[in-house]
Amino acid sequence: MSTSKQEQESGIKNPNPKIVLFLCRWCSGKGADLAGTSRLNYPPNVLPIMVNCTSRIDPRFIVEAFLDGADGVLVTGCHFGDCHYKTGNYKAYRRLSLVAKLLKQVGVNPKRFRLTWISATEATKFVKVTTEMVEDLKKLPPYWSNENGGDSDE
Amino acid sequence: MNKLKVAVALGATCAGCDVAILDLNEKILDVIEIVDFVFWPTAMDFKLDDLKALKDGEVDVGLYHGAIGTEEDEEIAKILRKKSKIVVAFGACANFGGIPSLTNMPYESKMFDVVYKESPSTSNPEGTLPQKETEIEGTKLTLPGIRKRADSLNSVIDVDYYVPGCPPMVPLIEQVVDVLRVFVEKGTLPPKGAVIAGQDTLCKECGRTKPETISYKEFVSPQEVKEIDPDLCLLSQGILCLGPATRSGCGALCTKMNVGCRGCLGPTDKVDDHGLKMISALTSLLEVEHEEEYTEEDFDKLLEKIPDPLGTFYRFTYGVSMISKLHPDKEE
Repeated sequence: MSTSKQEQESGIKNPNPKIVLFLCRWCSGKGADLAGTSRLNYPPNVLPIMVNCTSRIDPRFIVEAFLDGADGVLVTGCHFGDCHYKTGNYKAYRRLSLVAKLLKQVGVNPKRFRLTWISATEATKFVKVTTEMVEDLKKLPPYWSNENGGDSDE
Repeated sequence: MNKLKVAVALGATCAGCDVAILDLNEKILDVIEIVDFVFWPTAMDFKLDDLKALKDGEVDVGLYHGAIGTEEDEEIAKILRKKSKIVVAFGACANFGGIPSLTNMPYESKMFDVVYKESPSTSNPEGTLPQKETEIEGTKLTLPGIRKRADSLNSVIDVDYYVPGCPPMVPLIEQVVDVLRVFVEKGTLPPKGAVIAGQDTLCKECGRTKPETISYKEFVSPQEVKEIDPDLCLLSQGILCLGPATRSGCGALCTKMNVGCRGCLGPTDKVDDHGLKMISALTSLLEVEHEEEYTEEDFDKLLEKIPDPLGTFYRFTYGVSMISKLHPDKEE
């Protein structure tokens, strides 16, 4: 890890965090598209993966993302009531909030995993959420750099 | 007829697996007919030297129960492997790391502090911790060191067969006895790596009726329910049951007694991470019929009923789970 002196002073421990971003095809995916067509800037640290619905996301996808070297995972989907499949996001919420609890128990900093809703028109929210998460993760060390693995001392 | 020479060795265990073998009651007589115990320290007077004194490969079947928690456990496992033609991982700890593997949690380095210094019932003003070597009046005393991780048996030696369960239930041990009998009489064995238990999930074995849609309002403990319907699926009554993700073979002992499955037989062959699959299944069913009336806060409240997902869904399988790899040990 090479961090410049300036970065160390500003508390930046990971200048280039890698984030796996799950988008649903109908809302947040369209929102991200809109951000692009509106020429809004968002950080290039996110690796987007489009799924049909957030309820398609098996809890192991999240764990696998971390095991494959991600510093954070961001899941975005439709707002409650907007799901293309009526109730997929309700299931995703229940499932992933329990996974979030589990990750916290095994020592993953809660800032590394976020679940949020973005509609097809909320391009600005998409930009805000991704930027926020990247800024948050810059202040944490890379996930696999810690001597004890993960965030065990935080 | 030649008797099989069997050794029963143990690691980090509660010795419940030994008791389980004795639980065969009168069937133990069938066992004695085909088996000669050459090493079983819990039940008879054997020392490790007795096992060491045997010739390599002299033992026909070596059963090992308990996790690999100390350096001595690892040594015993390796000796057992050398002396035995077949090694069987017996019980949840030897199969998956079991309950001892919950010490592999990220705060493991503080485990000694918690146990020997901080727990409310401990008075240890000098802060003495267990040492591998101590000298008292010129005599050197030694203890086996604690490994950084409590692991499953197959992480240190090659394992031929697996018998899960905490402890393996009588129907499973009977299956083992049948396998041994076939081995004695015909000399044939199941394919290497076979799990001697059911191949389906517990739901298939559990006699309770499953409604068309299983949906429950909240998770409840059995003692919170006034009357449990003895014929209806426990999950549809809100009682936490790991049956949908757990291997069958136990004869549904717990669910017959109105107690939800805790998952001691581990996942089936098709699943590698028991807990994540169970979380997926359980949360999908929670209030599935009325979910559109709920807000995020309402769901949070329902999920508060599971304060410890790790202990609930990984009680027996944490040692071999995918999530335990999220904080790898640097020493390895």
